[in-house]
Amino acid sequence: MVDSGDPRMIKDQIMDEHVFYINRALLKQYADASGDQNPIHQDQAFAQSVGLPDVIAHGMLTMALVGKYVSTLAGGSEKVLELGGRFTKPVVVPADREVDLTVSATVTEVVDGKASLSLSATSAGVKVLGMAKAVIQI
Amino acid sequence: MISPDSIGRTFPGADSITINQSDIDAFCAVVGESNTSVAPPTFSIRISLQQSESILTSPEVGIKWDRLVHGDQKFDIKRPLKAGDVITCSSTIESAREVAGNEIISVRSDISTATELLVSSWSTLVIRA
Repeated sequence: MVDSGDPRMIKDQIMDEHVFYINRALLKQYADASGDQNPIHQDQAFAQSVGLPDVIAHGMLTMALVGKYVSTLAGGSEKVLELGGRFTKPVVVPADREVDLTVSATVTEVVDGKASLSLSATSAGVKVLGMAKAVIQI
Repeated sequence: MISPDSIGRTFPGADSITINQSDIDAFCAVVGESNTSVAPPTFSIRISLQQSESILTSPEVGIKWDRLVHGDQKFDIKRPLKAGDVITCSSTIESAREVAGNEIISVRSDISTATELLVSSWSTLVIRA
């Protein structure tokens, strides 16, 4: 991803997508960085015992990666003013491979030096964040 | 079930917390952020969710954390956290309702220094029946 912080962002503009990859090692790394050691994000047997198909990513890890996408569009974390969304589907992370998190954005409004973004986040083509939005300083 | 008395209440953060560079670095490393001078946008979840857990699972509120699913999350960042900030985090139980036996609780967390509100965040937490 190229740092943009592009002041020429205009309404209805579609920003380039970025693909992040999530594997079990990243889940462990996020667990340690966030303090969320819930075993559904690390232990396959535990995850399956509570009815999940396999280990799932922390919803907040997907939002953290979306946050990185937004920071890059904005030209720095300090320019991200608002970020949010709903966790609609879990991202299932098998032991033996990585899965994608594909993020893109559409500019919905540009006013007073701020841009509002509607965000899309999918994994294997399935939407994992709903009503995801951000406001950045431009 | 959540204690009805706790709805609308604000719980002050117990202790002040000093933000460490190493914690910011670890969070940045996960998302591939090379600029570690400020915390990434969702970094404060580390603080607010832990705070919410300790409040909601206290005997006076009575939530069972092991039945919890994170429904949605929003951040309003006035100024990003950075190393050396000494902050407190207060949490307000804004609402609680029951849908199909699940309890849906909205919690607002406010992270402030002694003089300045830095980050407000809203978490919708679903306690499965």
